[in-house]
Amino acid sequence: MSERLDVRKTYKLVIGGAFVRSESGRAYAVAGADGAFLANAARASRKDVRDAVRAAQAAQPAWAAHSALLRGQVLYRLAEMAEARAVELGDQVARAEGVDAGAARASVARGIDRLVWYAGWADKVGQVLGGANDVAGPFFNFSIPVPVGVVGVVAPADSSFEGLVDALVAPLVTGNAVVVLASEHRPVPAVLLGEMSATADLEAGLVNVLTGRLDELGPVLAAHEAVDGLDLTGATDPAALAALAAHSLTRVLHAGPPATPEGGLRRLRAFVDTTTVWHTVGA
Amino acid sequence: MVEIPSRSRVPQVGSEAQLRTVLAALSGVDAVGVTARAAKLATRSPKRETKARALDLAIAMVDLTTLEGADTPGHVAALCAKARRPDAEDATCPPVAAICVYPDLVATARAHLAGSPVRVASVATAFPAGRASLPVKLADVAEARAAGADEIDMVIDRGAFLSGRLGQVFEEIVAVKEACGSAHLKVILETGELVTYDNVRRASWLAMLAGADFIKTSTGKVAVSATPPVALVMLEAVRDFAESTGQVVGVKLAGGIRSAKEALRYLVLASETAGSAWLEPRTLRFGASSLLTDLLLQRRSQRTGVYARREHVSVE
Repeated sequence: MSERLDVRKTYKLVIGGAFVRSESGRAYAVAGADGAFLANAARASRKDVRDAVRAAQAAQPAWAAHSALLRGQVLYRLAEMAEARAVELGDQVARAEGVDAGAARASVARGIDRLVWYAGWADKVGQVLGGANDVAGPFFNFSIPVPVGVVGVVAPADSSFEGLVDALVAPLVTGNAVVVLASEHRPVPAVLLGEMSATADLEAGLVNVLTGRLDELGPVLAAHEAVDGLDLTGATDPAALAALAAHSLTRVLHAGPPATPEGGLRRLRAFVDTTTVWHTVGA
Repeated sequence: MVEIPSRSRVPQVGSEAQLRTVLAALSGVDAVGVTARAAKLATRSPKRETKARALDLAIAMVDLTTLEGADTPGHVAALCAKARRPDAEDATCPPVAAICVYPDLVATARAHLAGSPVRVASVATAFPAGRASLPVKLADVAEARAAGADEIDMVIDRGAFLSGRLGQVFEEIVAVKEACGSAHLKVILETGELVTYDNVRRASWLAMLAGADFIKTSTGKVAVSATPPVALVMLEAVRDFAESTGQVVGVKLAGGIRSAKEALRYLVLASETAGSAWLEPRTLRFGASSLLTDLLLQRRSQRTGVYARREHVSVE
């Protein structure tokens, strides 16, 4: 029997639920931690950023309008998809991060657990970040967290799956849509998670994954007026990106909080606004 | 500027038989070739200063349109404000070419556009189907004219055209042109219902022979509206008509054009087909409502280097 040829996958962008090559037609080679060729990935352009933001804007209102329970269920479904492909994810994490197979599998498992943890927050975040306020009159007064809209995420450079889950899922839980700039040198797990999102009942456009040069894409995403929140965990120069985002009043999370319950709650809080409603007290 | 000579070289059509002879002499359209040519030209994309100028030109060519049953005077007033000053934050943005409304709202538009260069266009002649008797159509035109319309957009009777009653279609356009007086007449061919490119070419010539100042693709009320190949056929028709008669007829592309990118492609198409002389609001128009928003967004992005937010441009 003859030796099999390698079947090498070219990883594409995830924009509006479709797996597309960059509008520019460019690609770049991704190397593993050992320096050996790992895969080809699309090298997104500023127009891909624009398209992704447009897709996210279109998808976000319907997602936010779902019941919190349903959002939690959909995110749990994403965890199911990740679990089913945990071996593939582990393999890619091992090759990208240069850790041994056991450590990579453990990292992926922690990431999936974290996804489940965030899914559970969907119908609880309102109680924790919102509340009933005492007012001097015959009214109920409630503060309710509402999503900011479209959140741009500069994914962590090193932690290609586990760290990504925190940055990607936290804004989704509260009803935002996300545009992720994947880790420049370790983009594969992010694209895989994007593929999974397409089979996990997340509507097209809610999760958009762009791969490419961060110094090219970061400023475009940060300055985009329709981006309402920015997670700069993986940015090499967060202050510069935050400055670009300032003119359109974008919410900015400068550095990723630790992957602890407190850190997770900080992430959930980063991309919600608070709206206050009044209601008369019944007789 | 395009020199507009007298109409003397336009062949006089005295009978339906003569009209048939003229139209039958037109060569058929190579559908595959037209599609390929339109697709090839669509790959050209103006950049930087050229793009900035093209966007301004496209804005100046827009017939800002609202043709809904739910139109109100307030809505038209808002549209007029946008027409005069499309980008509220930037006075260098040119006004659009015209406002296009139903006849009953012409007076409203006229009042709100007083003192501005923006013209008032009105659809008439039983828009959008065109299925009414000639006296009704003429009354429709007269009403729009009386209310102050500068331009009349008429629809042809597609039923008559497709069943071969070319003389009837011709007579109607001639009658409407007469009723228009000094107002510009745009003849809507509704290319989506004409089935073939050959029909589009024949209908274009028929309308031009009958005295149209513009030929226009669509009402925007049927599934298929302006497409690049159809625009190419119509632009060829106005070019050929100008060559053989000296009479310059404009083209209005309407229906389904929503993005600035599409509009710029049509500008390329017009420039390469009819010639750069057609690149002005007097001879090329876009009939659209949402297109203007995208043109303004692109214009902002072009100037600031930052992708703009849709909500920052007035909806209408």
